[in-house]
Amino acid sequence: MNTRNFNPETRRLFLTVLFCLVVVIYLIQLFRLQALNPDYKAWADSNAFLNRTLYPSRGVMYDRKGKLLVYNQPAYDVLVVVRETQPFDTLAFCNAVNIRIEYFRERLKQIKDRNLNPGYSSYTPQILLTQLGNKEYGILQESIYKFPGFYIQNRTVREYGYPNAAHVLGYIAEADKQNIAEDSYYKRGDYIGKTGVERSYENYLRGEKGAEILLRDAHGRIKGKYEEGRFDASPISGKDLVLSIDIDLQAFGEDLMHNKLGTIIMIEPKTGEILCMVSSPSYDPSSLIGRQFGASFSELAKNPYTPLINRALNGTYPPGSTFKTAQGLTFLQEGIISPKTSYSCYGGFPPGGGRPACHAHASPLPLVPAVGTSCNSYFCWGLKAMLESKKYPSIQAAMDRWRDRMVGQGFGYPLGVDLPGEKKGMVPNSQYYDKVYGGRWNAFSVISIAIGQGEVTLSPIQICNLAATIANRGYFYTPHAVKEIKGGAMDTLYTQPRFTGIDAENYAPIAEGMRLAVTGGTCRRANIPDIAVCGKTGTAQNSGKDHSIFMAFAPKEDPKVAILVFVENGGFGATYAVPIGRLMIEKYLKGDISNEDKWLETSIKNTVILRNVLQKN
Amino acid sequence: MSYRKTNIGDRIDWWSLAIYLVLVLCGWFSIYASTYDYDHTDMFDLSGRAGMQMIWILSSLAFGFLVLLMESDWYEVFAFWIYTIVMLLLVVTIFVAPDIKGSRSWLVIGPLRIQPAEFAKFATALALAKVMNVYKFDLLRFKNMASLLGLIFLPMILILLQKESGSALVFLAFFFVLYREGMPGAVLFSGFAAILFFVLDVRYSSAIWHETPLGEFYVLVLILVFALGLLYNNPKVQRQMKYLLYILGGTVVLAAFVSLFTRFNYCWLALFLNISLIVYLMVLLVKYRASHFLWVLLFAVCSLVFLYSVDYVFDDILEPHQRTRIQVALGIIDDPGGAGYNVNQSKIAIGSGGLMGKGFLNGTQTKLKYVPEQDTDFIFCTIGEERGFLGSSAVLALFLALILRLLFLAERQKSIFNRVYGYSVACVIFFHLAVNIGMVIGLMPVIGIPLPFFSYGGSSLLAFTIFLFIFLRLDASRGDRL
Repeated sequence: MNTRNFNPETRRLFLTVLFCLVVVIYLIQLFRLQALNPDYKAWADSNAFLNRTLYPSRGVMYDRKGKLLVYNQPAYDVLVVVRETQPFDTLAFCNAVNIRIEYFRERLKQIKDRNLNPGYSSYTPQILLTQLGNKEYGILQESIYKFPGFYIQNRTVREYGYPNAAHVLGYIAEADKQNIAEDSYYKRGDYIGKTGVERSYENYLRGEKGAEILLRDAHGRIKGKYEEGRFDASPISGKDLVLSIDIDLQAFGEDLMHNKLGTIIMIEPKTGEILCMVSSPSYDPSSLIGRQFGASFSELAKNPYTPLINRALNGTYPPGSTFKTAQGLTFLQEGIISPKTSYSCYGGFPPGGGRPACHAHASPLPLVPAVGTSCNSYFCWGLKAMLESKKYPSIQAAMDRWRDRMVGQGFGYPLGVDLPGEKKGMVPNSQYYDKVYGGRWNAFSVISIAIGQGEVTLSPIQICNLAATIANRGYFYTPHAVKEIKGGAMDTLYTQPRFTGIDAENYAPIAEGMRLAVTGGTCRRANIPDIAVCGKTGTAQNSGKDHSIFMAFAPKEDPKVAILVFVENGGFGATYAVPIGRLMIEKYLKGDISNEDKWLETSIKNTVILRNVLQKN
Repeated sequence: MSYRKTNIGDRIDWWSLAIYLVLVLCGWFSIYASTYDYDHTDMFDLSGRAGMQMIWILSSLAFGFLVLLMESDWYEVFAFWIYTIVMLLLVVTIFVAPDIKGSRSWLVIGPLRIQPAEFAKFATALALAKVMNVYKFDLLRFKNMASLLGLIFLPMILILLQKESGSALVFLAFFFVLYREGMPGAVLFSGFAAILFFVLDVRYSSAIWHETPLGEFYVLVLILVFALGLLYNNPKVQRQMKYLLYILGGTVVLAAFVSLFTRFNYCWLALFLNISLIVYLMVLLVKYRASHFLWVLLFAVCSLVFLYSVDYVFDDILEPHQRTRIQVALGIIDDPGGAGYNVNQSKIAIGSGGLMGKGFLNGTQTKLKYVPEQDTDFIFCTIGEERGFLGSSAVLALFLALILRLLFLAERQKSIFNRVYGYSVACVIFFHLAVNIGMVIGLMPVIGIPLPFFSYGGSSLLAFTIFLFIFLRLDASRGDRL
């Protein structure tokens, strides 16, 4: 091997080719990385971009007179940047924020556990404690300089102007897995309306989240906004709501229902606006905010009298005698009776062996006094006449016709109230009876539905709506608790009248009968001197003590209010429901209780029907 | 000797100078982009790195201008003096340098910090050129070879003592120069073969096919193939070669047949064939007494020794971090959070640039400091991310153009001194380029050497500027001495 006579040209060429080859290989690798593999771009983005959600403030709620019911209040979270902490007096910190030292250590461990907290970085703020109370905030704020690495962050929680109307307002809580699965708007830790208006108007109240894209360095530290915030979106605040509730009336009703189970509903017939909706027992809505949510909620959930249930919508009961008005209207419209038709009553309904029984009154009676005295026999005769009428091809057809009339008046289906949890109640049809009696049934089999007993059940809001349809003489607006969405339009369901299918003139004798009941019938206690109240009592049979029902509207001409009072286990309608109704009407129409009725107000407020009803705090 | 004085402005190679200026400016912008902070947006702010680099660029240009003003002979005359002074500096550095990130390579003089290792490159180049600048210089004479190797290995060892193994490796680039000047190609070939054997053995060290460790097997086969290849053209064995190949083929067929019935470690077979070849070579050497057989024999034996010492070198001589860097580069371990973090983030930065790049100052990956050392050793990331494939290939092309231009200039020199020095400049720049960019794009292990003209740092820029400008000065007066 002789290298002394090497060829410089070959060597130069070799080196040139070698250098070029290396550069070409590098170019190929660059092309692979930059042009052929799109993953790197995504990796770089997920490296660098931090999409931070900006939360909008939730819409607030006013009552119909403009009083602030629900608003937002700052709450305080304690954040910790682990990397910035220095040795500090742990005990002093725990005392300041009023937690146990074991809890503090536990929380720190949870924060650092990437299984529980996947986004953990020791350079970024992590939430240590949420929703610090005002007192703890004050103490911590004063001494925060002693605890480097700890920060206080503001957020908002719901705050309530009044301790009333919990069922109407509802509450918000962290969105659960199902909420998140159903609506991609929600992320873990977001709040969502769980009941009441908070839930049914969630989409208006929540507003729109904003977003900002921040740049994050390799340690997770925020370095600024991406492209000077060009892709950021400001949050849009939720829409404010004006409720139709009159909070003073609501509070008054809740006071009257103190220590009683039941509901008071008042509706403005001309608009369908719900003026008050008391469900007793109730609770203070502010017990379900902040850190006490969990404890308060489980206490309420364990209460045997179910304070979390809105009885106005969620209970269904036999409507009792209040149902007779709907029967009278149906028979009139179907031409089964005329206002002059009289039926005799001898203390009961003779074809049924004297059952349903009736109380002492003159006999025979035409329609108006029959409503006024709440004669059972009259309406049994009426239903019998309808079911056996030759107008209809069969009893089944007659029964279904009857049912259609009931549905027209708002029974048997949810009305569509703008609050969650409405029950539909029960209005039987011929198929139902065919099934129960094997096809062999007659008017006597079903006769108790004529007086609101038996298979028929209604929800309290449906009974109240019945009063509104009579007040309006044949139509109603779907009852609703929200009067106005500020900057938004109401659903047409609440702005269009719905007609019952019964002519206005047929309402006259029924209204007359209800007026008679107040002036000289079953609910004389509702007779307010200068207001023409029209009412109807009811007693819903119950396995325990009967439920006391009073349905009314006032004044008789140009009615301003329709009301339903329902007192569970209150006995006869006249006993509790009527005086409560009287006070509510007086309060709403006159603004205050007259001196002559003060004793009644005191007496009702002090009446305890169930001693162990949970006391409101 | 007569001199023909020429105006330096007429004779200087404007092409090289222009490419140099473009590279330096690109580097300055890249440093500005990679250190750009939302708080520091001023390119000329002297408290920022871009501002400092501007100072370095200006002073490098000033030094470069001084270099051009010198008489061209001056460099040859003072070559050994320069070499000696720099070597002394290196020695001093070992003892007085403070420990900065584990290395003792910085001389701190007041506010100035310089790295003498950077200056050792042109000093060595000058010394090599001076030694070889002899009429009919015979590189293969022992005395010559020893002095050349001494000149190269002395700074390497001194720099290794400063714990700057990356900078020490750069001196291997001078073997390209020696190759141009007559060093046997076998040396270069052996070097490549050693690297290939090392990579194969380490890369497939844990891959086992039945009972055969694949890494060892591949290397054994390669040694066989290379040795036979080296023998192939020798006229003395032309006839026997045919039989040799028959024997080899027969053995392979036999082995394949045996393996149908029983499995065994094929390394033993390959090793047996290698040893047979070595015995055969010894027979040839005794019979013909030709040096060619000695060289092939040496190659085969050294290769076998090398193969069986790789594991020892790898596990016991290399530092743990060097081991993991090599393993990451070879794809043996994948540890994006730990040892592979730099390279992984650097690949993400470059890959996310796409074809066109994200635009100047728009690189998120580099701007947010995901890539460590992004203004020094990993500066190429910034170009890859913000300028995309177009920009990074343009930079590569510029470097290649400069290197090829320097090779062209070196070849047109009349004096050996100039040619050797020119080759040194081209080869050192190439070595830096290959190692630095290879590391950044994940083809080489992480070896911390700067990208010439780009990476932040005064010593590197100043040293490369002087390195290059001396050659431009020499080239400008190549015809002066007749």
